[in-house]
Amino acid sequence: MFDTGEMVRSPGHAFTLPAGLLAEPEPFDDDAIEEPAPAPRSRPRSLAEAARRARTGTPAGERTLPVSPALADLLPDGLRRGSTVGVVGPGGRSLALALIATATATGSWAAVVGDPDLGLAAAAEAGVALARLAVVDLSGPTASRQWGAVVAALVGGLDLVLVAPRRQVRAVDARRLAARARERGSVLIRIGDASWPDRPDLELALADAAWEGPEDGYGRLRCRRAEVVATGRGRNARERRALLLLPDARGVPSLP
Amino acid sequence: MNPAFDPGPRTLVVRCPDWSLTALGVAPGEPALVLAAGRVAAASEAARAAGVVRGQRRREAQGRCPEVAVLERDEAAEARRFEPVVAALEDVTPWVEVSRPGACAFGVRGPLRLLGGEAALLDRTAEAVGAALDAAVGPAHPGCRLGVADGRFAADLAARVAGTGIAGSLVVPVGGSPAFLAPQPVGVLGRPDLADVLVRLGLTTLGAFAALSATDVVGRFGAEGQAAHRLAAGLDGTPPQVRRPPPDLAVAVDLDPPVDRIDRVAFAARALAEQFHDDLRGRGLACTRVVVEAETEHGERLARCWRDEGVLGTSALVDRVRWQLEGWLHGPPAVRPTAGLVRLALLPDEVVPATGHQAGFWGGATAADERAARALARVVGLLGEGSVRLPEWRGGRDPVDQLVLVPLTGGVGEVGRVDAPPSDAPPWPGVLPPPSPAAVHADPVPAELLDDRGRPVRVDGRGVLSAAPVALRVDGRGAHVAAWAGPWPVDERWWDPRRHRRRVRLQVVADDGVARLLVLEAGCWRVAATYD
Repeated sequence: MFDTGEMVRSPGHAFTLPAGLLAEPEPFDDDAIEEPAPAPRSRPRSLAEAARRARTGTPAGERTLPVSPALADLLPDGLRRGSTVGVVGPGGRSLALALIATATATGSWAAVVGDPDLGLAAAAEAGVALARLAVVDLSGPTASRQWGAVVAALVGGLDLVLVAPRRQVRAVDARRLAARARERGSVLIRIGDASWPDRPDLELALADAAWEGPEDGYGRLRCRRAEVVATGRGRNARERRALLLLPDARGVPSLP
Repeated sequence: MNPAFDPGPRTLVVRCPDWSLTALGVAPGEPALVLAAGRVAAASEAARAAGVVRGQRRREAQGRCPEVAVLERDEAAEARRFEPVVAALEDVTPWVEVSRPGACAFGVRGPLRLLGGEAALLDRTAEAVGAALDAAVGPAHPGCRLGVADGRFAADLAARVAGTGIAGSLVVPVGGSPAFLAPQPVGVLGRPDLADVLVRLGLTTLGAFAALSATDVVGRFGAEGQAAHRLAAGLDGTPPQVRRPPPDLAVAVDLDPPVDRIDRVAFAARALAEQFHDDLRGRGLACTRVVVEAETEHGERLARCWRDEGVLGTSALVDRVRWQLEGWLHGPPAVRPTAGLVRLALLPDEVVPATGHQAGFWGGATAADERAARALARVVGLLGEGSVRLPEWRGGRDPVDQLVLVPLTGGVGEVGRVDAPPSDAPPWPGVLPPPSPAAVHADPVPAELLDDRGRPVRVDGRGVLSAAPVALRVDGRGAHVAAWAGPWPVDERWWDPRRHRRRVRLQVVADDGVARLLVLEAGCWRVAATYD
C-alpha cells in the first residue's frame, strides 16, 4: 500500500504525473461539488433547472486574482484563475513576485516549487504576504520522481503555484497540470519557460531593462527601468507593453 | 444524571513538569531552554526566573539569561523516556491515557476500590512514578505533580498548580471543580485566540466566562467556544453525545518483515493514521481517544491509549503513533518488546460527531488557509518532513540572513501564522537598502573581478578597492562591468573568535544588464545574489 508503483515510469528523462491524481477526487476535497453537467441546448424542464443553468459557476469578481496597479496595463482583467503564466528570461523572478504580491496580500496562498534561490527579502519588499508563501524543497532523493504529484497537489489547494522545473517537462504532464489548474481555479506560474513543451496562456518578459543608481563606485542600485512585454494565446494574443520600475527604490513594482 | 451536567469522571492527572527538559537530562536547578522551530518551547525554572518565557526567540532569551544552555527539542527522547513511567502506572490501574509525553491521566474509581482512599492512591502513584523517573532519567529530576478533581480538565489544572514538592499534589473535593476553576485566568483554556477575545470583553476568569449563557456562547463562538465554555463551568469538555465507535473503524497494517526500528515503521504509521482519519471523516466522526496497538513476532500485545482535549487530526495522530513506537522500540529494556513488530493497529476508543471548523471568526484559518494546509500536508506526505518550509523573519545585514525558512511542522493552526518583518524591528546598521535581490544563491558562485590591467581587484584593511573593477568572470563567462557601487564592509561578531565574519559587499552591473551582489570573504569574490 505504500509504494509509488502507480506512477508511470519512463527510463531516462522527464517527470511523470500519476494518472490517478486527476482521475479521482482527493479524499480531502470537500469543496469539489459533483454536479452532472446539463445536456447542452435542451430546454430546461423546470424553473429550478433554468435558474441553476443561469448561475455561472463563480461570480465574475472571483474568476480573477487581483494584481498590483502597476500591472494593470499588462493584465487589464487581473490574473485569470485557471490560467498558466510563463515568466521568461532575466527578471523572471521579479516578474513572478510582482504577479503574486497583491493576491497573497488579499488571502491567496502561494507556493514556490524547485526554486530555492528565490529572494525572500525581495518578496517581502514587493508586497508578498510571507505568511502565505510556502517553499517546497525538491532536493530530496525521491523528489524528482514525485515532481508531478507534488505540483498537482499544490495546484489543487493553493491559488498560486510558482514552478521552476530543473528538467524538461513532458507534454502529457504539462497538459495535465494545465487542466488541473483550470479545473481548480489555480494559476500556474512557470519560472523560466525553456523547460516546458507548450506555450502558456500568457507570457511575460522584460524587453528592455536597465538598472539605475550605481556609477563608478558611487551610489547604489536604486531601480530597474524595464519594458515588460505580455504575449499569449486567445484573449491575450494581442501584444501589450508597459514601462515599469521593476523594482523601484523601495523594492516595489511600480509605474515610473 | 443528565449528561449535559455531567462534571466528568473523577480523574487523577500525573504531570511531569518541564518534561521536554527533564527528558534531555537537565537537572532542575540548571538554566536551560528547549528550542522548537527557532523559538523557546520550554525553559527551566532557573531560566524562567531570569525572564525567559515560552515563544521567545533564541537571541532574546540569551539576552535575558546569557548562561542559559540552549537545547534542541527532542520529541523522540521525550517519548522514549516517558514510556516506562506509563508502564509503571499500570501497576496502579490498567486504564492510563496519555495525552502527550510528560502527562497522563486515569479515572480514580477503579483503583480507589482497591487501595481504600484517595490519599493512599496518591501515595501509591507518586511512589510508582518516582521510581520510574529515577530509573529513566536518573536521580536529578523535578519529580511529578498530581491533581485529582471531577473532570479531566480540572484535574489537569490542579496538577499544574499543585505544590512544588518532589510529588506535589492537589485534591479538589468532590463537587468542588466549578469553585476551583472560577478564579483561574481564561488563558488556561489553552485557546489563545479565544482567551484574547474574552479578556478584551472583560472576562478574565473562567468563572466570569462560565457565567455567560451557553446559548450566547455557541451563537458567538461556535462549537469550539461551546467546548471551552463547558470546561470553564467544570463540566466535561467532550460534548454529551460521545459514542462508542462502530468496531469496523479500526485500521491495521501487517508489517512484513517484522520491524524493530522506528524509521522503518514511521512511514507505515503515517499512511495508517491518514486512512484512520479518512474513515472517520467519511462517517462524519472525529476521534478524541485512540488506542495504539502493536503485536510482536512472539505474540506479545502492546496497547496504549492516547487522548487529546481537542479532536485528533491526522498530524496529531501521526505524532502520537510515532511517540508511542519510540517509547516501545527505543525505550529501556523493561518496556521493550522481545521481538520485532508484525502488526500495528489504531482503534478509535471514543468518537464525537465532527463539528467541522468554523471559518475564522477571530482572524484564524480561512477556507483558503485550510485548503492550503491540506495541500501542503499532502506534499509533506509525499516528500517527507522538512520539505515544505515557510519564511520567518530573523534580521541581518545580508539578504541571505534576513529571512530564513523553517520547516512546516504543525497542522492547520501552524499554517496561518504571520511572519513578516516586524514594523518596529530595530535597525541593522550596515544592512543593504532595498531593492533586495530577487535571487539569493544558496551556494554562492565563485567569481573573478579584474581591473583594467587584468589584475584581481582586492580590498585593503580600510575597505578601499585596489582599483576600479572593469571585468567580471562568473562560471567561465566574462562580462564587462558597466557600473558598480560599494564597497560596503561588514565586521560582525568581532568579539567572538569562532563566529567572527568579515566581508565586503559590492554591487556590480555587467554590460549584459544583469546586476549582481558580490561578496569578498577570505580573499575570494563570490556572487551572493542576483538582482533578477
